[in-house]
Amino acid sequence: MRRQVEIKDHQREIYYFRLRLAIGIGFALILLFILLGRFVYLQVVRHDYYQTLAEKNRISIVPIVPGRGLILDRNGEILARNYSGNTLEITPNKLNDSLEATIEALAKLVAITPKDRKRFKKLLAESRDFETLLLRNNLSEDEVARFAAHQYRFPGVELRARLFRDYPYGDKTAHLIGYIGRINQSDIDQLDEDDVAGNYRGSDYIGKTGLEQSYEAILHGKTGVEEVEVDAAGRAVRMLKRTPPVSGSTLILSIDAKLQMIADEAFGDYRGALVAIDPRNGEVLAFVSKPTYDPSLFIDGIDTENWDALNNSPDTPLNNRALRGQYPPGSTIKPFMALAGLHYKARSPDFKVQDNGVFNLPSKNHDYRDWKEGGHGSVDMFKSIVVSCDVYYYGLAMELGMERIASYLTGFGFGKKTGVDLGRRTEDGFDGESSGLLPTPGWKMRRYKQRWYGGDTVTVGIGQGYSLVTPMQLAVATATLANNGIGYQPHFVREIRGATPKTNPVLNYPPNVDLHIDPTYIDLVKRAMVAVTQPGGTAVAASAGAPYQIAGKTGTAQVVGVKQGEKYNASALSERHRDHAWFIAFAPADQPKIAVAILAENGGHGGGTAGPIARKVFDYYLLGKKPAPIVLPVVRAAASSAVSAASAPIDAPTEEEYD
Amino acid sequence: MTKRRLWRRFTAHLDGWLLLGICLLMSTSLFTLYSAGDGSWSRVIGQGTNICIALVLMWGVANLPLHFLMRAALPIYVLGIVLLLGVALFGDISHGARRWLNLGVATIQPSELMKIGVPLMLAWYFEKHEATLGLKNHAIAALLLLLPVFLIARQPDLGTALLISASGFYVLFLAGLSWRVMLTLVVSALASAPFIWRSLHEYQRHRIEMLLDPTQDALGKGYHTIQGMIAVGSGGVTGKGYLNGTQTHLAFLPERTTDFIFAVYSEEFGLLGNTLLLLMYFFVIGRGFVITANASTYFTRLMAGSITLTFTTYAFVNMGMVSGILPVVGVPLPLVSYGGTSMLTLLLGFGMLMSIETHKQLVKT
Repeated sequence: MRRQVEIKDHQREIYYFRLRLAIGIGFALILLFILLGRFVYLQVVRHDYYQTLAEKNRISIVPIVPGRGLILDRNGEILARNYSGNTLEITPNKLNDSLEATIEALAKLVAITPKDRKRFKKLLAESRDFETLLLRNNLSEDEVARFAAHQYRFPGVELRARLFRDYPYGDKTAHLIGYIGRINQSDIDQLDEDDVAGNYRGSDYIGKTGLEQSYEAILHGKTGVEEVEVDAAGRAVRMLKRTPPVSGSTLILSIDAKLQMIADEAFGDYRGALVAIDPRNGEVLAFVSKPTYDPSLFIDGIDTENWDALNNSPDTPLNNRALRGQYPPGSTIKPFMALAGLHYKARSPDFKVQDNGVFNLPSKNHDYRDWKEGGHGSVDMFKSIVVSCDVYYYGLAMELGMERIASYLTGFGFGKKTGVDLGRRTEDGFDGESSGLLPTPGWKMRRYKQRWYGGDTVTVGIGQGYSLVTPMQLAVATATLANNGIGYQPHFVREIRGATPKTNPVLNYPPNVDLHIDPTYIDLVKRAMVAVTQPGGTAVAASAGAPYQIAGKTGTAQVVGVKQGEKYNASALSERHRDHAWFIAFAPADQPKIAVAILAENGGHGGGTAGPIARKVFDYYLLGKKPAPIVLPVVRAAASSAVSAASAPIDAPTEEEYD
Repeated sequence: MTKRRLWRRFTAHLDGWLLLGICLLMSTSLFTLYSAGDGSWSRVIGQGTNICIALVLMWGVANLPLHFLMRAALPIYVLGIVLLLGVALFGDISHGARRWLNLGVATIQPSELMKIGVPLMLAWYFEKHEATLGLKNHAIAALLLLLPVFLIARQPDLGTALLISASGFYVLFLAGLSWRVMLTLVVSALASAPFIWRSLHEYQRHRIEMLLDPTQDALGKGYHTIQGMIAVGSGGVTGKGYLNGTQTHLAFLPERTTDFIFAVYSEEFGLLGNTLLLLMYFFVIGRGFVITANASTYFTRLMAGSITLTFTTYAFVNMGMVSGILPVVGVPLPLVSYGGTSMLTLLLGFGMLMSIETHKQLVKT
């Protein structure tokens, strides 16, 4: 009986399976018939249409390159624009004559400078034969006319009208705007990877650095298409369909171009960087990295001489110091350390430390000296910031311990990227900046396979030792402090304005940090920072005679010895061994509208060198005041006098001495 | 005498009809490649090598007894999952997607293994629970299917993920997945589509839009479709003649030895040639269904049915893509497109079909 049921079930199962299989076969047949139907439609019904397209004429799909988006500052000043110009271009494999002979013959019609030839040679080396290469741009009307009359002699040489990119502020915005350059193989690979290669058909240029790179997708626009019938000889017969291109959107920056110019000029001959941020929303107002370079050199491929000059210069003008330069923060870390001390209740505001010029770790006989010989005497928290007392912070750092210091300072953005919108766009933001370093015992173990010593913590307390910051990071931290612990992601682009709303993402930067700092703590630190710029503080030069209050803090970053194998003459060497000067500040102190971080390389003391730069920036931004024409020697004089008054190099031990 | 016996032993586990159909398609591949390669022999020789290697593999698999295949199901599946996880963690990135795993000696694409591994695993699973088959088993089987599909989809290789889903779904379908469940799934998928759409990134939406309407990207992927349709359409009823396709030889056709080889064939042989090709495919597919219907065990029925339906799907998706009714996803024309990996996978499947057909007497009790 049971056996029978099983067999029955088995038969039923076979029956059901065959039913399902029949449906499957039906499905397969339907698919095959769909295909057959489609073939009949294409090859019988629409045959004539496709026959026309394929046999008699051929469709040529011609890309129409969109105009690149403009870049404007917050007041509508143009920072990057396009202009049209005529170019002379050569397709090497279409030439009848040799390349040299052709160029010689062309040189009799239009001016071809050695620079043009050099650039052409470079392009030639990097390209394949069938590509069209630029020989001359910006042909004058006369030259155009002359060549046009002789064009028949030059198969393979073309006159073209093209859009060029122009940066009116030149080197003043080079580190910010960046530049476009000719699309090379690695760009092509990247475009393929991003699945947008189709949109670059016909395009020759792509953003290489700066905002031109980070906002490439928005600036480039959408390439249009013309479907043209071409006869057997390749002549266009008629246009079948045209999809117009969509120009790239305009970027409106938060940068104030005039402020940028003033900041740039205020640096004089100093190398260094300045970042100014509106603490109320994270907008970057000025972004300077000195020295700088002329971006127009790069657009059509830079020639070897200029490249060598830029690339091998000891001043490293191509290095974006504001974003990638990493320096010890020096004493600018002290206000943040003070807040950490208050936060963890390691120090009450009134607690006084007796500073007689030297700090010792228990049981260790190494002396950590104050920058002021003999010390500052009895020092409370307020005074520790005003006079930049080292001994106070050596002790505070020891009491807090590195883990707590790191955990608190991370809140201000130390040791991690700010996320500012500059550099190549990656999955998690932009890759243009360095992350600085907030050292921890774990980091040291991974990096150096050494354990963390008490001395490591002590030196971090005054912003030396292993700690590193970028000017951008320090500016963000200053802005967050100025805004009472509420921070924003710094950004350059305020608005994207384009042809259609669809292509314009709305930019929204809500606060991304809230440190919940006790108002009495922040008040104390801010008052102390105001006193820094008053008589008795370390940055008097910054605020003398200002109708608004400036809160600031000076700092000195020690220079690591010049690397082996680099050649400097003796006088340059001694200058490059001088300390870097830091100054962070915000104003007006009671309602901050602007926060800056300034680094002057080998500038000695922060208050003297960087302070006056901050003042000029503040004066312009808050009062609309243009400074008197800057005469460099005056700045230098002020710097040297301030140095002698307020500073001696801090005696931080070298690495070997930590124990 | 001995010679004949040897020959009989050698061919004992080959299925003549299936082999005939396969060989017809492979010959089509070779002479179309000669034209697609503009009369160069390099691709023809390359493909000839692929075919020889794959035929040896097929012979080997056809000679494996069925219990061997069944026992291999779980290890192959687990290995595939491990390799896919390996790809996700350590895979080489090529063109923005992690699909390849570099094992030092060779780079492999584990998703290819799963084209066989997934239906094998599911068929094995259903066989194991045949006596008490219920909705629960279907749910578990669905999970077994979705795990590799998810891993492949996030490589991202959406095309392969969909094809593997299809092959797994065929097993579920043949194992009697209830109509009500299928209907519910379809309805809920349609209902949730708008929400999924809204949760996608801008660029992901753009990609899907591009897939659905290739003319939006007439310079990129849409270019392939447009040129493919021109090639097929201009072929007409009789075609332009062997080696005379203008689309092919004037280099308008992209990827003409691989994914778009059908356009080359279709342009030169026209509707008649296409019909012949469809008949060849139908011959192979039909033989597959006969083997399925005659299969002796639950496992072999499910496996044979899935292999045959999956093969059908590949052929349909590729020809549909070239003739412009389906979006461009990277699926080769089975047995015809140039490529060793897909040839190996396909003949592995056909080897199993042959084993199912020729070993059944031994299994029947």
